[in-house]
Amino acid sequence: MSDIPIPADSLPVAAEIEAENKRSLLSWVASVDHKQIAVMYLLTSLFFFGLGGIEALLMRLQLAWPGMAILSPDGYNQIFTMHGTTMIFLVVVPSLLGLATYLTPLMIGANEMAFPRLNAFSYWLVLFGGLLLYFSFFGGAAPNAGWFSYAPLSEKPYSFQAGLDYWAVSLLAIGVGTVATGLNLIVTIITLRAPGLSLKRVGLFVWMVLVNSFLIILALPALNASLLMLLVDRQLSTHFFTQQGGGSPLLWQHYFWSFGHPEVYIMVLPGFGIISETIPVFSRQPIFGYGFVAASTVAIGLLSLGVWAHHMFAVGMGHRWDMTFGAASMLIAIPTGVKIFNWTATMYGGAIRFTTSMWFAIAFLITFTMGGLSGVMFAAVPIDWQTTDTYFVVAHMHYVLFGGTLFSVFSGLYYWFPKMSGKILSEKLGRWHFWLTFIGFNMTFLIQHVLGLAGMPRRIFTYPALPGWGIMNLISTIGAFVLGISVVVFLWNLYVSFQRGELAGDNPWNAWTLEWATSSPPPLQNFKAVPPVRSRRPLWDLAHPEDPDWKR
Amino acid sequence: MEALTDIGVVAGSIEKTKLCVALFIASESTFFGYLILAYVYFHGFISSGPTAANSLHPASTGVYTAFLMASSGTVWLAGRSLRKQNRRGFLVWLCITIAMGLVFLYGETREYLHLLDQQVTISRNLFGTTYFGLTGMHGIHVIIGLTLLSIILGIDLTKDRGPRYQVAVESVSMYWHFVDCVWIAVFSVVYLWSTR
Repeated sequence: MSDIPIPADSLPVAAEIEAENKRSLLSWVASVDHKQIAVMYLLTSLFFFGLGGIEALLMRLQLAWPGMAILSPDGYNQIFTMHGTTMIFLVVVPSLLGLATYLTPLMIGANEMAFPRLNAFSYWLVLFGGLLLYFSFFGGAAPNAGWFSYAPLSEKPYSFQAGLDYWAVSLLAIGVGTVATGLNLIVTIITLRAPGLSLKRVGLFVWMVLVNSFLIILALPALNASLLMLLVDRQLSTHFFTQQGGGSPLLWQHYFWSFGHPEVYIMVLPGFGIISETIPVFSRQPIFGYGFVAASTVAIGLLSLGVWAHHMFAVGMGHRWDMTFGAASMLIAIPTGVKIFNWTATMYGGAIRFTTSMWFAIAFLITFTMGGLSGVMFAAVPIDWQTTDTYFVVAHMHYVLFGGTLFSVFSGLYYWFPKMSGKILSEKLGRWHFWLTFIGFNMTFLIQHVLGLAGMPRRIFTYPALPGWGIMNLISTIGAFVLGISVVVFLWNLYVSFQRGELAGDNPWNAWTLEWATSSPPPLQNFKAVPPVRSRRPLWDLAHPEDPDWKR
Repeated sequence: MEALTDIGVVAGSIEKTKLCVALFIASESTFFGYLILAYVYFHGFISSGPTAANSLHPASTGVYTAFLMASSGTVWLAGRSLRKQNRRGFLVWLCITIAMGLVFLYGETREYLHLLDQQVTISRNLFGTTYFGLTGMHGIHVIIGLTLLSIILGIDLTKDRGPRYQVAVESVSMYWHFVDCVWIAVFSVVYLWSTR
């Protein structure tokens, strides 16, 4: 479109930013601006992170010592169900979708998502789905069959209170919203990229969001279909998953995990994308092996659709199926390992800047690798049989989801908060936040590997005073409270830095991708014009006309 | 500093609404895949009581199926008339499409009433559960499709079409084809395969 006159400057005037800052509550509720919606996503997940965290602390208090009586057995079941459901559907996924919604248009040089109103619709479905889930506390009882709600435990004869109905309806709302966001992100990435920004040049975060969105639209329908069947089972006395009527509880497990395993990758791929942005910028080197990082993501996405039954080794599917799914699951370690090497090689020889964001990225590499290794262990069927339903599984899954995804989200928040708010998060508080999180996390979960190997089952409200179990659980509980403190420090940091933090400027980290080419925070219209894109690092090319990437 | 590039240029020439509908159809296909799989999986389990073989009416449903299949053709003809600026042809074919969709729904309702007369309900046995679950979800999609077609019709009758009308018609038409395709799979599995 070279016939359109080129504007003199790309930066919005100060008055425009001033007007942005004076938005009323109604302008948030009625907004279809992807940045406002993304901020609401992030605030929503922060709110539910608080609730889910309180639930975690309640559980750890109850388990701190043998024979505690803080929660009743049924209360404990409700709390661990709500903790899992909240953290997965209302914290991890919305925080990643929030970052994706904020950054995808900015990183591809677009002014909006492809469907702004659909975007708002998705967000409100997620929020109200979450509120509906929590309304179950007032509607009789919270759901109590675990975040996976295995049939027949989740069926009416075993769980006659309304909790599971709330669970199913709220997850349906969240599921539909999430699919809509997935569609929106794919169309945005495919059709709205700035000229020159081919799929070989977009930031790796965008690549991960693209693969992730395909996983969302192909895997979430399995959950939606299963939820519908469970709901009619409970409401209309049908027989999909009930043994008495001839149905099959095992079918629920297959259906749920054929959603649930891709979901694991839905929850981590954007995290891979985040640290594929932060590690290069803070190592001052381009990503090592861009093509391999992108292609291995596609491989992970495809493989993740075919490994669900490794969650079901204990069911007794037979040797052949166990071997097939075990081998397929081990294959995923290859593309994941490729990524770990790529990130490490990106840091190798770089002029590393140890910002809080970088610390979280490095911690991600360590803890995620540990979680990945214990994951490969589970793919070996006998080890899975030995450790299934023990605290070893709890430890593994928190190393991947907390030590993996949440660490990457923190890395991303410290990196992009200046873009979103115009202020830099305090590095001093950030360092406190990081070390408290890192120490608290490992204190809570490292020892749970030992507890699991010692045979402590998960999802029990108390346990006998076997040798060492009390003290190990106490250590884990203390770790959980250190984590609690770290969250308070983080919230304080958000508040203080937003109020009177250092001004960020457009590009505080000297980063290279397009989101840093507009002001911080970006105006309602992200860009009036974008720099020419001739390589993966357009802002590097702009700053170094003598040595641009595209001439190398 | 080099000249800045203007934005707002869509990469390639992909129509975003149609792309979104195509992806949505992919997503919906997996959704129906799970429902069809459940029907097939449970089919072998049903040992007594009503079954597809002793309860359903493949012949009459086959006639209503033909109406739904034909409506895929008429919605295509409607789109072609619109492209040729033939408003009258467009309206006629669109109305015929909606009418045929309604005929299909009427047929499905009759089949349901037959079954309910014989006390075959959704909670009776696994056949009832899977049959009503699968065909009911499809029926809801037919209703959604008819609603969308009626909106298209309403826009044309009551106000200016606007610049994106053609895209809207083509997107709705894609969705309508999808609803028909799902029925081909459902009819094959439920009526042709399991009533033998």
